[in-house]
Amino acid sequence: MKLTVSSAPHITSKDTTASIMRDVCIAMLPALAAACVFFGLNSLILTAVSVAACVGFEFLYEKMLKQPITIGDWSAVVTGMLIAFNCPPSLPLWVVVVGAFFAIVIVKQLFGGIGFNFANPAIVARIIMGLGYTGMMTAWVFPDATATATPLAMYRAGTTPNYIDMFIGRTGGVLGEVSAAALLVGFAYLLVKKVITPTIPVTYVATVAVMALVLGVDPVVYVLGGGLLLGAIFMATDYTTSPYTMKGQIIYGIGLGVITVLIRRFGSMTEGVSYAILLMNLVVPYINKACRQKPLGAPAKVKEAK
Amino acid sequence: MAVLKKLVRSAEGAHVPHNKNTENCETVKMPVPKRVFVSMSQHIGAPAKACVKKGVEVKVGDVIGTAGGFISAPVHSSVSGKVFSVDEVMMPNGRKAQVVVIDTDGLQTVSENVKAPEVTDHASFVQAIKDSGLVGLGGAGFPTGVKLDPQNLDEVDTLVINAAECEPYITADYREMMECGEDVVEGAKLVKEYLNLSKVIIGIEANKPQAIAKMKELTNGLEGFTVATLPSVYPQGAEKVLIEQTTGKEVPQGALPAAVGCIVMNVASVGFVNRYMKTGMPLVTKRLTVDGDAVANPQNVEVVIGTTVKDVVEFCGGYSQEPGKIISGGPMMGTALATDEMPVMKQNNAILVFGAEKAKLPEESPCIRCGRCINACPMGLSPVEIALTLSVKDADELKALFTDLCMECGSCSFVCPAKRPVAQTMREAKDFMRKAAK
Repeated sequence: MKLTVSSAPHITSKDTTASIMRDVCIAMLPALAAACVFFGLNSLILTAVSVAACVGFEFLYEKMLKQPITIGDWSAVVTGMLIAFNCPPSLPLWVVVVGAFFAIVIVKQLFGGIGFNFANPAIVARIIMGLGYTGMMTAWVFPDATATATPLAMYRAGTTPNYIDMFIGRTGGVLGEVSAAALLVGFAYLLVKKVITPTIPVTYVATVAVMALVLGVDPVVYVLGGGLLLGAIFMATDYTTSPYTMKGQIIYGIGLGVITVLIRRFGSMTEGVSYAILLMNLVVPYINKACRQKPLGAPAKVKEAK
Repeated sequence: MAVLKKLVRSAEGAHVPHNKNTENCETVKMPVPKRVFVSMSQHIGAPAKACVKKGVEVKVGDVIGTAGGFISAPVHSSVSGKVFSVDEVMMPNGRKAQVVVIDTDGLQTVSENVKAPEVTDHASFVQAIKDSGLVGLGGAGFPTGVKLDPQNLDEVDTLVINAAECEPYITADYREMMECGEDVVEGAKLVKEYLNLSKVIIGIEANKPQAIAKMKELTNGLEGFTVATLPSVYPQGAEKVLIEQTTGKEVPQGALPAAVGCIVMNVASVGFVNRYMKTGMPLVTKRLTVDGDAVANPQNVEVVIGTTVKDVVEFCGGYSQEPGKIISGGPMMGTALATDEMPVMKQNNAILVFGAEKAKLPEESPCIRCGRCINACPMGLSPVEIALTLSVKDADELKALFTDLCMECGSCSFVCPAKRPVAQTMREAKDFMRKAAK
């Protein structure tokens, strides 16, 4: 009789890192389908290349450094989909490969792989692509070759975009952000599967709406136009780069909302979601420390940790 | 309101599967085996000292080990027969203990010393409980006589009866309520009377509606008695969690339940109190749930203490497949045994045997900082941060993170999607802190 002697507990939940990451991928499928409808099959090709590049870079890096191969955890697939979702449909494919390299090799693997990245890899990739290839990253072209502007750019220029169009996705923009409806379907899936809690997306979006009202801009345009929903649902909720506790997540969500609106309203850019997420990613360690829970039976005044 | 409380401490616990497969299995009395192995260390505190020698004849209820200190409990012979040897044996907890091995004669002759105790006041009540050898039957094994004699007795007003039975598989406490509910109520009345308490709260998880109905019926009209329905989320039966759930009070760090006016007793312990006061038969048998996919006939059995796991499983039809893991206790906090030669002890409430498939340890992967361990922790701790702090060996920060509040319930390991042994890391962190404090 060969008995396993291990320490308790002897059972674990069904959820694994891979099952969670796979659920995130599934939750992004409605938005991918919407992109295919509005921008054509090009969206699918761009996403496939991005995913392949992310998984490939992770595999090569780990192979070269003789590390355990982790591509089976689906996290590189999530990053690949998110990078593609942050690109305009007309983007040359090689640009997305550059983004994938920065995300996987520089931001994720050089800092220790999954769980150790200081910022969301896809956000950094979006920012680097936006800065390095500004022209290509802001060319909004529909399949029928008509150029268009994003809702936020239109709004800045003085026209209020059609609410219904923004909700469904008949506007210009990057792949994954155009259809609010599709993103909300994915959000519902993540909530049902308990992959994320609503805290970060809800506080983020609510803060943007309230700030917009206060500053006298159209809150509907600010919420539905641009990358707010994509960022709030899929990027600000990245486990590694968001706070642990509900208290921390509320502060994080409010911070995101404030920075986003300040950039959109007073900055030179029309979009502020990616910079807001990057900036808040960097303060997450401090939020975590300041927003710990009060343990059961702990003294009312928790002594400050050194 | 619930949201506000979550802001302070989410304490969601773990949504473990219930697997109460044996809940309708009425307890079967197992015949006395040929030989029993009675450990002198079946409780928290100082082990008892064996007071019998090889060759001595013993009867059921004879003292064979005397209490070894203030926090200790005597041990009684569970059988009639002849002492074969008094050995030192390595127990599942890794410590050596004296074990009295008795060859049984199958007659189960009761000792002439067994008679109902005379109890007139708190002092004689506590003495009787101490003599009975009773320890916390829920698993922890704290000597009950010591528990019922708190220093601040006049500040204690509530008996909380732990009938949560939050561990998966185990239905022994459920069977105690269904088969011996009257004993539980009468035992509670005795504790209430002699400790001069005003309230008795019986906490039962919502997944046992029949037990809730039965206890409500039995306590109907009794002054001070209430039955509290607890959510079916692990670990409702953890002492501090149970007190907060039933009374709203928080036991301060480092304090005992008596500090908030409570005494917590397991439901089977309370039932035993009544039986002992009536008959004087000390704690010599135990109800066990025997379950798992490698047991032929899962069921609830009553066995004499000292019966080996092997004999118990044999009685339950033997192994239905090659066992890969044997657990003494539940799957969340039970101890994995290295051999089935280990004896049943007072605080055991289950034997679970699993085949190779379920014994397989999941593959560990890097922490993804999802924070599920933080949300699950019933104590509101931050296992992910404690693990990181342990890795940099910062004892002061571990203290600031209240690491010592961890009761090792295993919720963190259960929910971890990276399948990391978080609870084990918590134990290591507590050990490190203790050593650093010296």
